[in-house]
Amino acid sequence: METKTKDFKYVYDKPEALVDKVTHYCPGCGHGIVHKLLAEVIDELGVREKAIIVAPVGCSVLIYDYMNFDGCEASHGRAPAVATGLKRVNPDSIVVAYQGDGDLLAIGTGEAIHAANRGENITTIFINNAIYGMTGGQMAPTTMEKQITATTPYGRDPMDVGFPIRGCELLNTLERPVFIERCSIYDFKNTLKTKKAIKKGIKNQIEGRGYSFIEVLSTCPTNWGMKPQEAANWVKDTMVPYYPLGNFRDN
Amino acid sequence: MNEKILMKGNEALGEAAIIAGCRFYFGYPITPQNEVPAYMSRRLPQEGGTFLQAESELAAINMVYGASAAGARVMTSSSSPGISLKQEGLSYIAGAELPCVVVNIMRGGPGLGNIAGSQGDYFQSTRGGGNGDYRQLVLTPATVQEMADLTVLAFDLADEYRIAVLILGDGYLGQISEALVLPKPTGKVFEKPWALTGAKGRKPNKVASLRLVPETSLEELNLVLDEKYKKISAKECRSESYLTEDADYLLVAYGTSSRICREAVNELREEGIKAGLFRLITAWPFPAEALRIASAKAKKILTVEMSLGQMIEDVKLSVKDPERVDFYGRSGGMLPETDEIKRRIKAYGN
Repeated sequence: METKTKDFKYVYDKPEALVDKVTHYCPGCGHGIVHKLLAEVIDELGVREKAIIVAPVGCSVLIYDYMNFDGCEASHGRAPAVATGLKRVNPDSIVVAYQGDGDLLAIGTGEAIHAANRGENITTIFINNAIYGMTGGQMAPTTMEKQITATTPYGRDPMDVGFPIRGCELLNTLERPVFIERCSIYDFKNTLKTKKAIKKGIKNQIEGRGYSFIEVLSTCPTNWGMKPQEAANWVKDTMVPYYPLGNFRDN
Repeated sequence: MNEKILMKGNEALGEAAIIAGCRFYFGYPITPQNEVPAYMSRRLPQEGGTFLQAESELAAINMVYGASAAGARVMTSSSSPGISLKQEGLSYIAGAELPCVVVNIMRGGPGLGNIAGSQGDYFQSTRGGGNGDYRQLVLTPATVQEMADLTVLAFDLADEYRIAVLILGDGYLGQISEALVLPKPTGKVFEKPWALTGAKGRKPNKVASLRLVPETSLEELNLVLDEKYKKISAKECRSESYLTEDADYLLVAYGTSSRICREAVNELREEGIKAGLFRLITAWPFPAEALRIASAKAKKILTVEMSLGQMIEDVKLSVKDPERVDFYGRSGGMLPETDEIKRRIKAYGN
């Protein structure tokens, strides 16, 4: 770096695993934060040259443009199956399936459950922001009770469309996953915990231990109709009571 | 290695895939192709390969997508309703230009239909059952020997053109046992610099079909694909012309129905009637030029299918004077009959 001089102590740089470009994410969106955490972990564990990111369909569909390592598109909900194919061919690869709530708990529930049940040696990062972002704010499987969305204009009615689905608890009924944790990025403390969980998930994979699942309660200020700080508060006050943070399994 | 052995069509296909270097198979059970996954589940572990029974047809084709993206030779198989479920994945495979082999042992439809052999998926196979502007190579074996030979060819074609190659068989071909000589590996090696093997000493590779912004124009991808499809159309048409040179009456068929037609041709010839058979070996690209030549002198062209008329559209598009083209088909898992073919040919008179 040209800005380095002997008078200054060099304390921080963008991770090598992150492409140095402006993302398309809205102000206050959680995706950028989680992308950076993942990139930092990939660098710290020295696996950038073995890593493959499997992108979902949703706002983070272009995640492979932000990650400075190999990337693969998957059709909506099929990331766990694509990741399975990639990993089975090259077991030394570090395969990360990055999925949203519609991707993982609606259209791709089958793939998500079965990859976890097989104990595929991959890491899943599950972004739960309680809404479909890219398509303009429709109800997600994780949309909160009474939450207004483009397709629940009178609020989500659990007696009509069911209660929000809890991903960690669902997967925690299976035998093979080795690590299941729910985190959030609504403040710095929890963001650091999220990084720690992602690091554990990738470490498990490096050590060949099996399937790791990290759910991140995230923000969507644009589709929630909130300012970034309001959105962060909404995660803490509305989502966390229903989706408790913490570790469900660490074998 | 040149010794003749007796094998079921589905199992010969499985062994041929292993001969071709396929070490990854992902599939889901459905009749009448169940011998393929059963065979692969037994044989692949012996070869150090991976057999995985997927949770669904969608998962299976997307595992194929992932394995192909990682650079492996990979195959899946199914039968008609299952192949319908795979169409989403096949469209993505076309967009991402991934090589793979997909086997459809066709059964009767629509819907759940029945489990007898059929040729009702010609449109789906040759027109593209998934979304978007794309093609896939379609091979149509007619014997157990060809089930094996065309499978070996399929893997080379898939790698050469980075395309899905569909082996379009039917329930009768899958289930029948015949003598065959197992094919030999072709020994062709294909470099895959695009595969996702880790960005070590190179820029990151991306396997994707999404083209949202003008700088990565989708039309540009469509035109690249179109060039590839034109090249395949020019180079890879395959067919067999049997006694067509002096034929007054030409039968056109593929797969199991072509075997029935061959028998009819032989019997008609014995009666002094000049009949011939044009048999597809590729359904896409359709061997239009070869058919034009084979049908040049024919007074009548009888298209015979195990459907109510699908390939006939390509036949009419290919031949001169398409009013000569007639049709005889059975559907719902029924077979065309030799006697009925002969009766129709004789009824054309002189």
